[in-house]
Amino acid sequence: MNALTKLTASMATAVALMSGINVQAELNLAGLSPEEQGLAIAKERKSRDIGWGDSASSVVMTLRNSQGEESIREMRMQSLEVSDDGDKGLTIFDKPKDVKGTAFLNFSHVDKSDDQWLYLPALKRVKRISSRNKSGPFMGSEFAYEDLSSFEIGKYSFKLLAEETVNGIECYKVEQIPTDKNSGYTRQVAWVDKEHFRGQKVDFYDRKKSLLKTLTLSDHKLYLDKYWRPMKMDMVNHQTKKSTELNTLTLEFKTGLKDSDFNKATLKRAR
Amino acid sequence: MNKKYLMMSALLAANVAHAAEFEISGYVGLEWREHFEKGQFNTASSEQADRQIGLTAEPEMVWSLAEGEHTIVFKPYGRIDSADEERTHMDIRELSWMSYGDDWEITAGISKVYWGVTESQHLVDIVNQTDFVEAPDGEDKLGQPMIKLTAIRDWGTVTGFILPGFRERTFPGEDGRFRASLPIDSNTAQYQAAEEDAHVDYALRWNHTIDDYDLGVSWFNGTSRDPIFTLNNTFTEAVPYYAQINQVAFDLQATLDSWLWKLEAIYRSYDDSVKSQFDDLGALTQTDFGITDYSAATGGFEYTFYGPFETVWDWGVLAEYQYDSRQDASIANGQNDIFLGSRLAFNDAASSELLAGISQDLDHANTQSLVLEYATRVGAGLTVNVDAFILMSDDVENISHTFKRDDYVLVSLNYYY
Repeated sequence: MNALTKLTASMATAVALMSGINVQAELNLAGLSPEEQGLAIAKERKSRDIGWGDSASSVVMTLRNSQGEESIREMRMQSLEVSDDGDKGLTIFDKPKDVKGTAFLNFSHVDKSDDQWLYLPALKRVKRISSRNKSGPFMGSEFAYEDLSSFEIGKYSFKLLAEETVNGIECYKVEQIPTDKNSGYTRQVAWVDKEHFRGQKVDFYDRKKSLLKTLTLSDHKLYLDKYWRPMKMDMVNHQTKKSTELNTLTLEFKTGLKDSDFNKATLKRAR
Repeated sequence: MNKKYLMMSALLAANVAHAAEFEISGYVGLEWREHFEKGQFNTASSEQADRQIGLTAEPEMVWSLAEGEHTIVFKPYGRIDSADEERTHMDIRELSWMSYGDDWEITAGISKVYWGVTESQHLVDIVNQTDFVEAPDGEDKLGQPMIKLTAIRDWGTVTGFILPGFRERTFPGEDGRFRASLPIDSNTAQYQAAEEDAHVDYALRWNHTIDDYDLGVSWFNGTSRDPIFTLNNTFTEAVPYYAQINQVAFDLQATLDSWLWKLEAIYRSYDDSVKSQFDDLGALTQTDFGITDYSAATGGFEYTFYGPFETVWDWGVLAEYQYDSRQDASIANGQNDIFLGSRLAFNDAASSELLAGISQDLDHANTQSLVLEYATRVGAGLTVNVDAFILMSDDVENISHTFKRDDYVLVSLNYYY
């Protein structure tokens, strides 16, 4: 049960991380340094993800080890956009069955560490947990908590490396160096498409600067005519040969969720 | 006309079917508990079991009505024990109706609540009675009838409880483990209250989060969940006595980076009449029974190393100190004790976890207990737990001494559906 301790921010927001939006303004990067270009791309990406309000989704995660043995995780997520701070998220676990009913509440913050609580249904106990763990595996998967937290400009320093084509889509290749000393990565390389600023692929480099994982994002769908979300996220660990596939089964925006749906009392009655 | 009516009723039926969602889940378990020492209280007529095989089941049925506005939960629990007929038992853990609005919530029926923050003992958690036959750690609770009303405000969450009906603590039988020298006849339980187990208790709790601090203040008035033991007329059996108490409590957790700092404190008082009643029993006084106003506390920390030794593990170390103003180990287990523990989460696909802890009585160097718990998952729905519990005490006055030969290794398999 405690293996669930410190899950991260709402995954629906998380999914937003690697996405972009469909405003057709060409980004003018002329005359900027590579660092300024990287930052401009990140800012554009972030600005296209404002105003989504709230969302509810259901997700299935398939964990595969190097022998191809599978393990399934299922969860439902509710997220609320908070205009002057980080988002709020409530995650309810359905599978594995022994953790069914376990729920996780997260208040993310821009300028300080997140507030997180875990509800353990067998004991009826709500535990405040430390949000310090960024680099640990989420539910035993190849996704670390930090891979699933919302995309914020302040979390990285950026640099445009090149313009490349990934899966037939023209992309900016941007280096992202985490600013948080607790990050498990020395650097990330992200491919963001030029048209919609959707994440297409990310390489993660570990603390020894070796290539650790590659994330591939696909099946992008458009919501509210504005917000792109990948329905499929594939994380492959090159060092352990394990992988995790994260599929969004359902996703809805503007579901009427409000601030009063995110507190310790709602965490306890989450089903 | 007829056709219209038929169509309408069909639509209505479809609507009703849609309005009430039903879900069943739960587990069935198989347990093997092996004791390595002969029972301390074996007699010619009864022998404490060395091996206990158990079958358990806890289905949970949930009806969700009007798009989740109303929820009805039914969760029975049952255990069949191969050796101890008192441990073979059933309980309704939950049978309740719950409804809520933006800033309020109501629950009526049999239910369970948890209060508090510490790990080594749970002083503040008072609403539900301990199902002691389940495990000596007191973590298992019996369902409690209650009406619970919660108000959620900017300045905190307030919950009021009306608790009609009292649940007696369960105790192992003569053939079981974790029993005292004299058998306990729970059918003859005595009460201070004239209403006995029909006395209505009340409780109130406020809890709030201020930045990194989660705090709670609670009050309880009614029948103590902790029995006091007296003797029957022939001195052949122990009789549980449940006094009326008033208890105020405070709990606090500070969550600071990798540190969790925790404190629970209670103050419990008894009526003067019941205190003098125990003084009049004979040679013993109220203090011998522990019926004296007292305070108790548990405090400590948990620190977690994330990804130590280039692994993906979480390694937590915890230390908690237990205090009881009665300073009497024959009444209170944690009167002056320290608990040191270590928790290792492997963060693997099987959610494997290892917990080890030691409790040391600081008044009695030779009284301590060790606990070791390993949990993992096999396949999609089967969990495997291996627990070991070892208790040592050479002080006959200490509660622990009663259980010193009840050390065990427990293997349990639970299948979840």
